[in-house]
Amino acid sequence: MSSLPSLWPLAGIAIVVAGFAVRANPLAVVVAAAFGSGLGAGMAVPEIIAALGKAFHQNRYVSVPWLLLPVIGLMERGGLSEAARALILRTRSATTARILLIYLAFRQITAALGLTQIAGHAQSVRPLIAPMAEAAALRDDPALDEDGRNRVKAMAAATDNVGIFFGEDIFLAIASILLIKGFLESAGILVEPLQLSVWAIPTALAAFAVHGFRLWRMGRRR
Amino acid sequence: MIGLPQLYALAGLVFAGWAAATLLDRQHNARLRGSAFWALIALEFLAGDGFSDFAKGLIVLALVALALAGAPGKGRPATSSDAERQASLARHGNRLFLPALIVPGVALAGTWLFPKVTGLVDPKQVTLISLGLGAIIAVATLMAWLRPPAGAAVQEGRRLAEGVGWAMILPQLLASLGLVFGLAGVGDIVGALAPLAIPDGSRLAAVLAFTGGMAVFTMLMGNAFAAFPVMMGGIGLPVLVVGMGGDPVVIGAVGMLAGFCGTLLSPMAANFNIVPAALLNLPDRYAVIRAQWPTAVVLWLFNTALIWGFAFR
Repeated sequence: MSSLPSLWPLAGIAIVVAGFAVRANPLAVVVAAAFGSGLGAGMAVPEIIAALGKAFHQNRYVSVPWLLLPVIGLMERGGLSEAARALILRTRSATTARILLIYLAFRQITAALGLTQIAGHAQSVRPLIAPMAEAAALRDDPALDEDGRNRVKAMAAATDNVGIFFGEDIFLAIASILLIKGFLESAGILVEPLQLSVWAIPTALAAFAVHGFRLWRMGRRR
Repeated sequence: MIGLPQLYALAGLVFAGWAAATLLDRQHNARLRGSAFWALIALEFLAGDGFSDFAKGLIVLALVALALAGAPGKGRPATSSDAERQASLARHGNRLFLPALIVPGVALAGTWLFPKVTGLVDPKQVTLISLGLGAIIAVATLMAWLRPPAGAAVQEGRRLAEGVGWAMILPQLLASLGLVFGLAGVGDIVGALAPLAIPDGSRLAAVLAFTGGMAVFTMLMGNAFAAFPVMMGGIGLPVLVVGMGGDPVVIGAVGMLAGFCGTLLSPMAANFNIVPAALLNLPDRYAVIRAQWPTAVVLWLFNTALIWGFAFR
């Protein structure tokens, strides 16, 4: 096994696994993991701190969607969530399962067209979808307790994730398709984005069937 | 040309607004720490270009230390009462839904229009710039229409940001960890070790090692993009494609989707799994993962079967 590289840089991965297993604060886990892997790879402490700072600065775009918080807060101030609830109370055919099923289809189809930013946890789940799903659940089962309400809200967020993950790869120009194409190209295998995105369709249909079935069952149990 | 620098400046000003509002909030449970937390993020966004990497690293460590000490905490941002919201609903009715269309509408229009006007918007950043522009237009519209107090945009934003809490900086910090892992060579080592996990000659075992490796390494890194080159380079290409004559298109495309199943299971994928739990005020940090794990596991099996059944015809 002399050809194996040193395993010490993997210390960071061990720290991540252990940290999440004991439910330590994720921020502390991340910093500890950066130091673990950095020290394991023979980097000096100031070098690791500088690497973290440089990477944090480069990744500022990750935090840009927080610009939406004032928008959502102002809409909530005006009564948007109350309007969503009132709409659901008037529309008896809008059950929790149907609301989330329609949202799942909407998210998959728009993501497949490349429109990943028109919905999301901050834009749509918090102000609209979660209050609607919760209002429908409470209307159909007034005895629903706090735990049950939280499960419905968590399912609304999960539905957003499933929809975007298994819709976006059907779009030709999405980052993951371009990454696959680039990787294969560097290995001397030329493929067209269309060939790759066609192979995202079976899993997209399976995702709608599997998650849709779970949403339907969630409605039945109530 | 409008690009990321202007967008980061805008975000920096929003964070600075939260720092000031927190400092002025006498009923805040961590007033100075919370204010310092937002101020440091604002400083990094507004002036980070002028600092050394080491200084920026110290800012990151200070942010994490403040978060562990209770920042950003919770205050009493001025907002409307339940009665006021019901009154607003009675007055405006379903028109309240219309502003929710502004941000998606601007995103749609910007993605379509900006690339046609050369020199106005950095073509590589059209999506993010459209998002920022949508936020500005939506805030302006809501302020003009509903006429809340002047500082309402800052206060309402802070109310939600304090609800998300320290998780506000988790996605950006996790993305940074990915880069540090890369510098330390973590991916190269995993790529070198991965083929050792495959027993000789079994196609099913090789496919399982590939899709399993994609899912597990995605969980550890928090995103499938980091896992893909490692697993495709370690198992996908040398073992499945070259060794067993598999179709690189099916293996690449479906392998990525097997990685996405790992994203659904990982607290490291904070902006999909941890931040929404915070945004929805769920007491269980892992509630979203609990809600989606059965879907993820079934779809991982489906993707594995897809490669096993269709990549070797």
